[in-house]
Amino acid sequence: MKELSTRERMQIPRQAMPVRDPAERRRDFEEVALGLTPELAEREAMRCILCKRPPCIEGCPVRVRIDQFIPLVASGDLAGAARMLAEDNALPAVCGRVCPQETQCEELCVLGRKGLPVAIGALERYVADWAREHGAGRQAPTAPTGHRIAVVGAGPAGLTCASDLARLGHEVTIFEALHEPGGVLAYGIPRFRLPRDIVGAEIRALTDLGVEIVTDAVIGMAESIDDLLAGGYDAVFVGVGAGLPRFLDVPGEDLVGVYSANEFLTRVNLMKAHQAGAATPVIDLDGARVAVFGGGNTAVDAARTAVRLGAAEVAMLYRRTRAEMPARAEEVEHALEEGVLLTEQVAPVELTGTDGRLEGVRLLRMEQGEPDESGRRRPVEIPGSEFDLPIDLAVVAIGNAPNPILRRTTADLEHTKWGTLVADPDTGETRKPGVWAGGDIVTGGATVILAMGAGRRAAQAIHRHLTAKNDLEAG
Amino acid sequence: MFSVLDTRPVAPGVTRLEIAAPRVARFWKPGQFVIVRVDGEGERIPLTVVDADPAAGHITLIVQAVGYTTRRLSQVPTGGEIADVVGPLGRPSEIEAFGHVAVVGGGVGTAVAFPTARALQGAGNRVTVIVGARTAAHVILADEIRDAGCDLIVATEDGSAGVKGLVTGPLEELIEADIVDRVIAAGPIPMMRAVAETTRSGAIPTMVSLNPIMVDGTGMCGGCRVRVGGEMKFACVDGPDFDAHLVDFDGLARRNRTYLEFERAALEADMPMAAR
Ligand SMILES: Cc1cc2nc3c(=O)[nH]c(=O)nc-3n(C[C@H](O)[C@H](O)[C@H](O)COP(=O)(O)OP(=O)(O)OC[C@H]3O[C@@H](n4cnc5c(N)ncnc54)[C@H](O)[C@@H]3O)c2cc1C
Ligand SMILES: Cc1cc2nc3c(=O)[nH]c(=O)nc-3n(C[C@H](O)[C@H](O)[C@H](O)COP(=O)(O)OP(=O)(O)OC[C@H]3O[C@@H](n4cnc5c(N)ncnc54)[C@H](O)[C@@H]3O)c2cc1C
Ligand code: FES
Repeated sequence: MKELSTRERMQIPRQAMPVRDPAERRRDFEEVALGLTPELAEREAMRCILCKRPPCIEGCPVRVRIDQFIPLVASGDLAGAARMLAEDNALPAVCGRVCPQETQCEELCVLGRKGLPVAIGALERYVADWAREHGAGRQAPTAPTGHRIAVVGAGPAGLTCASDLARLGHEVTIFEALHEPGGVLAYGIPRFRLPRDIVGAEIRALTDLGVEIVTDAVIGMAESIDDLLAGGYDAVFVGVGAGLPRFLDVPGEDLVGVYSANEFLTRVNLMKAHQAGAATPVIDLDGARVAVFGGGNTAVDAARTAVRLGAAEVAMLYRRTRAEMPARAEEVEHALEEGVLLTEQVAPVELTGTDGRLEGVRLLRMEQGEPDESGRRRPVEIPGSEFDLPIDLAVVAIGNAPNPILRRTTADLEHTKWGTLVADPDTGETRKPGVWAGGDIVTGGATVILAMGAGRRAAQAIHRHLTAKNDLEAG
Repeated sequence: MFSVLDTRPVAPGVTRLEIAAPRVARFWKPGQFVIVRVDGEGERIPLTVVDADPAAGHITLIVQAVGYTTRRLSQVPTGGEIADVVGPLGRPSEIEAFGHVAVVGGGVGTAVAFPTARALQGAGNRVTVIVGARTAAHVILADEIRDAGCDLIVATEDGSAGVKGLVTGPLEELIEADIVDRVIAAGPIPMMRAVAETTRSGAIPTMVSLNPIMVDGTGMCGGCRVRVGGEMKFACVDGPDFDAHLVDFDGLARRNRTYLEFERAALEADMPMAAR
């Protein structure tokens, strides 16, 4: 490869990832974004100006060595790039697809000050996909330490924690409540954004490391955390996510045709309601009018799923404006391309129906008020602005509260008044000896990569703790 | 995979299965249930654990074939396997010394109520179990109820066993003739509602075991939500037992009919989904 000057690098335009045509993709569940071709990837990698002190890494919760793996892509050493990525990130093919890079690594990219940042996420995906297709970047565990660790919950936090601990030679068992591991990656994020064979391959990499995954095990209902600690586990990591869906708390929410986003997406993603022959249905959406309440990734995913199930009209109804939607910008754009309508600054006051079936929603217009704690301007109702919208299906996607099972069954695990678990942000250590925690159960609904970062920090803390214990016992 | 150790019919359309499920068997308490998936493509359905042997690691389920999945489960033979059994789920029934407890089971609801009745008897209560069934052949668990030391009253719709009529008849008589400190009911929604109405005027504390449609059984989906005293509750983590006098039975009945057409089509085609 010929050495390029910084100026030459900066002259290369950002390479766009090929995406399927909206008219075609809105009819199926195949992946929307197709990934970079080798030529596109190489050219994109050459845009990196090789900063001495790369700010992008600071934006990555798991500190992927972006400044090092991207030059390896540029020079065609994909095996080297894959090895490095696998060391830094337990789920690179997932992160390359679902991370909000625009507010993380790419936001800090120096190129972004004047133009467009390096497409770090697209390159991460490219390397991870190459590695999977070529069986590269596999991690080998080190010599066994003899320590056993229980991980509760097989979402991104638990999977990352397990992966790191296994690579350090610990014996790890993951307990997962559902019949499949993955957490939100299995039941929440649709396959057109995250194909299931990719999640499956990442999980296989974990079991290849020797991690045991026990499905159908609800900790707190079956074994308690104390049972695990008494039963031969030296430490427990809790990564149970924020599962309990919030509802709108307006009249009519019990009508047939009102779903939480979790239920709607679980029926499709985990239980395959979209497939002919599936045993778990959702109500027939053929020609239906659908309203989705919310503005996050979950709302966008539900809306795009409804489009694919044959709905005639899908509207996202959001209290604030598009600029304030927490969803990834790219996903909102994709949704609009697929025909999803966005109605800003409205809030539901009542769901209406006859014979117990949903027929419509009464909405109230909102305007922007004073900024609230989050810095966003508080939506304020405009009195007398009610109007009615006929709908056949409503999906409530306004967030999740922490699942109550562990809180109710583990008396000495300290929780906040919001029901999240209290844990040290740097180490994941909880107030209960031997127990660490991380991910959505600690932060409330956040992101895949933040959950992974927490899993990683907890793995390091658990490792330090167990090694110190060894030294103590030996000394 | 979970091994089915024994499958046998116990009444027309009702099958008893003994399954190796050590985790459930070890931690189960009366009133709790499991979620079962028959095979890798199957739906997740909730079923009450009727009995458990923690030492052997076995649990007993009693299932009425009302639709596609319950029929599939009933057909798994002795020695067969099912994909998933997860639990125990739900809050255990309250087992305290209440005094005299009347436990009412309608149809397969008898299987749901039986473990709680037996535990109440074991906790020093006097327990009268009223079993409602279509005919004598549909009465289940009669011997087990008597063996547990409970009094048994049978009511059949055709009068072929016990008294003729619905369970509310004997329940009213019992309340008239005796002191009843608590009532527990499990069965079809109209029956549970009728029991709730029977005990409302006397303000006898009454619990019903609700059976909404569920998916995960861990509080994650909200599909099992029911109104109790005007508040939204998730039956899988807050129940399944609730105060009968506060339950919105109409709402529950409506929500359980969500997929009626789909279910009918699936059953007729003997396929989960005939055509989409
Ligand atoms: C629809 C949707 C779309 C999203 N899109 C994005 C996106 O594009 N980008 C992004 O970065 N983030 C996205 N998120 C957020 C992201 O998925 C979460 O922040 C992340 O999954 C949290 O990881 P976690 O490991 O903490 O928990 P989870 O992924 O929730 O996993 C927790 C696991 O623990 C299991 N569990 C719970 N209780 C128990 C118990 N008692 N015993 C055993 N197991 C238990 C659960 O079944 C689950 O499998 C999305 C979320 C949703 C719902
Ligand atoms: C906590 C709990 C415990 C239960 N315990 C038992 C048990 O011990 N034994 C047993 O046989 N059944 C029990 N049920 C009911 C059982 O889960 C349902 O009968 C089953 O899900 C129906 O599945 P299916 O595919 O066979 O029928 P479907 O095709 O789904 O439905 C067939 C018919 O059954 C009705 N139906 C659907 N879901 C339910 C439901 N949850 N409850 C009642 N009727 C329903 C439908 O309206 C329809 O008319 C329990 C339910 C709950 C929530
Ligand atoms: S079954 Fe999903 S929340 Fe209860």
